[in-house]
Amino acid sequence: MTRMLLAVALGATLLAGAAQAKDTLTVGMVLEPPHLDPTAGAASAIREVTYGNIYEGLTRIDHRGEVRPALAESWSISPDGLTYKFRLIGGVKFHDGTPFDCSIVKFSYERAVAPDSVNAQKQLFEPIESTTCPDPLTAVVKLKRPTSLFLFDMAWGDAVMISPKSAATNKTNPVGTGPFRFKQWIKGDRVEMVRNPDYWGAQPKLKAVTFKFIADPAAATAAVLAGDIDAFPLFPAPEAIDQFKSDPRFAVHIGTTEGKTILALNNARKPFDDIRVRRALAYAIDRKALIDAAQSGYGKPIGSHYVPTDPGYVDLTGVYPYDPAKAKALLAEAGIKPGTEITIMLPPPSYARRGGEVIAAMLDQVGIKAKLVPIEWAQWLDQVFMRSDFDATIISHTEARDLDIYARDKYYFNYHSPQYKALYQKFVEAIDPKTQLDLIGQLQKKLADDEPNVFLFALAKVGVANAKLRGLWDNDPLPANVVAGVSWAD
Amino acid sequence: MTGYFLRRALVLLSTLLAASLVVFVVLQVLPGDPAALMLGTGARPDTLAALRHHLGLDAPAWLRYLRWIFGILRGDFGISYTYNVPVAELVRQRSALSVPLALLAIVLSTAIAIPVGVFAAARRGSVRDAALMGAAQVGVAIPNFWLGILLILLFAIHLPWLPASGFPGWGEGLWPGLRALILPALALALPQAAILARVTRAAVIETLGEDFVRTARAKGLTRGAALWRHAVPNALIPVVTLIGLQFSFLLAGTVIVENVFTLPGLGRLVFQAIAQRDLIVVQDLVVLLAGSVILVNFTVDLAAAAIDPRQRRPGA
Repeated sequence: MTRMLLAVALGATLLAGAAQAKDTLTVGMVLEPPHLDPTAGAASAIREVTYGNIYEGLTRIDHRGEVRPALAESWSISPDGLTYKFRLIGGVKFHDGTPFDCSIVKFSYERAVAPDSVNAQKQLFEPIESTTCPDPLTAVVKLKRPTSLFLFDMAWGDAVMISPKSAATNKTNPVGTGPFRFKQWIKGDRVEMVRNPDYWGAQPKLKAVTFKFIADPAAATAAVLAGDIDAFPLFPAPEAIDQFKSDPRFAVHIGTTEGKTILALNNARKPFDDIRVRRALAYAIDRKALIDAAQSGYGKPIGSHYVPTDPGYVDLTGVYPYDPAKAKALLAEAGIKPGTEITIMLPPPSYARRGGEVIAAMLDQVGIKAKLVPIEWAQWLDQVFMRSDFDATIISHTEARDLDIYARDKYYFNYHSPQYKALYQKFVEAIDPKTQLDLIGQLQKKLADDEPNVFLFALAKVGVANAKLRGLWDNDPLPANVVAGVSWAD
Repeated sequence: MTGYFLRRALVLLSTLLAASLVVFVVLQVLPGDPAALMLGTGARPDTLAALRHHLGLDAPAWLRYLRWIFGILRGDFGISYTYNVPVAELVRQRSALSVPLALLAIVLSTAIAIPVGVFAAARRGSVRDAALMGAAQVGVAIPNFWLGILLILLFAIHLPWLPASGFPGWGEGLWPGLRALILPALALALPQAAILARVTRAAVIETLGEDFVRTARAKGLTRGAALWRHAVPNALIPVVTLIGLQFSFLLAGTVIVENVFTLPGLGRLVFQAIAQRDLIVVQDLVVLLAGSVILVNFTVDLAAAAIDPRQRRPGA
């Protein structure tokens, strides 16, 4: 009897050991970051590894896309909207021991606007006139002009706090103030990080996190099925999702992103300089069918350059309902003969390559022959983005709240509208949040009216994870995999 | 023999120089700016200019070519634009996977192919010969990446014996590293073995019909002894040549298999570097790979000369 009890007790202990919650996490990503310094490169993959995990800024963006305090615990804004006074958290240290104070803020912001700066979003810092330090835990940032998105902009990965000691080596040995410390990077395979025991905020539940890079969709599926990967937040094989949905070991996370997928048109080139042609194209595309065919049904139609999850969204999807007859009539009115050829450039992502096939078929219905040209990223950037040498292209703009691109003097789709520019200027200088939201609505409506590009759909975030994982972000308000709040259910 | 070496060395050097010039010119013509790719769509012109200057891309092409070539001569392969680390270090890290993987695959494929080929040749026309050569025909037809996916499904998902993908690095120990290489090595080796077995069989059959094999048999050697001592060694030249070619292919031609298994090897490095316009890495790798192919071919020539003394004669 005693022996049996012992055996039971032993068995129970063993079981308890086996059932103890796991405290490591392996996250799958399609692309490997080129390096790990978000202040020196545009690649989303850099942020997907480091944002909120290794580096932090004065403000941060939460899973709903809202601005929250980070290294600045609070702030006040002067009535004219020109002076931001940040109260910094005391006692914060970088992973290498460097103390965080106002001098770091000054260094980080000044480095971003320096003449030799290679910050990919240098324009975010352009409104800053000066950063001063009345005391070590107060940072005063003076702006040249009111900038309504300033707190939001300072939450971007490009605006994280950098220590002068490690600024030059962050690309290969990132040092920040975040809840995880960089451990090692096996190039071509994975980045490993471990819990930062000296973190100023709540200690993360996970002891160690690994980001593993798997580009091939079939290999990604296999790695999740085999348990090599615990979570794949931007899963590259939407066709395999149903398989995961029916398997109780996995949970499928469908969320939103900031990706505004558009059929961008070169407004400087015939026939797209004619508003009737642009509107005709908008009428000719069945967005619902496009999402079903090209994105396995994941994604939401949009009617302007703004996603439904952002503040101030106005539903404009009804402005150009699917109506091939109307499209044909508009094209005839504009003098476009049936059989007219246009060229659509398709960068590598599947929304473009698959979407291109579907859109070509839809345009064919209204008498436009679309020639599809698949190109790689480098060529897209060079030919389409830099030199504006294109008719049309399918592209997802993933930067959050980027209505400003339509107000720029020179941007690849060549939209020039003095009214839009004036409206955007009013928005930038608006201080009252209600006025801001109202202006955001007006900007969206102006774009839907002019239809410089055909607005297609908001890219969905389709992720797969172990069913026992808690605290993963469903949505992608900015490129990030913030894992500080992730834990395993018992 | 010294003259032979000198001649070969001269050919090697001029081939490398030609390769370096060709790859440099091709990359100049290729559209795409590395700086624009790194800074993305939000970059301002002054930021792009700053990065181009930082990377040395604002110098004229001829100067960049000379800087690169003289750098290599001093043993400096340059700094990768995207990874921001010396290219030599990248190549060393990736070779730590690609070279063992290629060796493992070549050993596996040879170990399978030569016995199968000799066996089939010795029993030419039999049912077993037909079965083996039928299997080899299937092996030739199967693409290695598809075989890789099948292997993953069987040995990583259905029977969870081996990892589905990735490479932990040799720092984790010999066995974890080897374990990760077994499936990709098999996926690479089996189609290669199929080709090699067919070539071995054909070569052995050809030598079996030669006079010296008949003489050996007439001297009283058994069929087996005549086969292994006279026919097989004489059939080895095309086999060794093919192994050399296969090794060159395995060093860099494994991009697809490396993608299927997500292995950080040289093939994927070249592929990524081209997509990201990491020009210096592409240039260095093309020259290095051209060099290694030339070197392997040279080794194969030496091996052939060792096997067949007739090949050592000048003009042969």
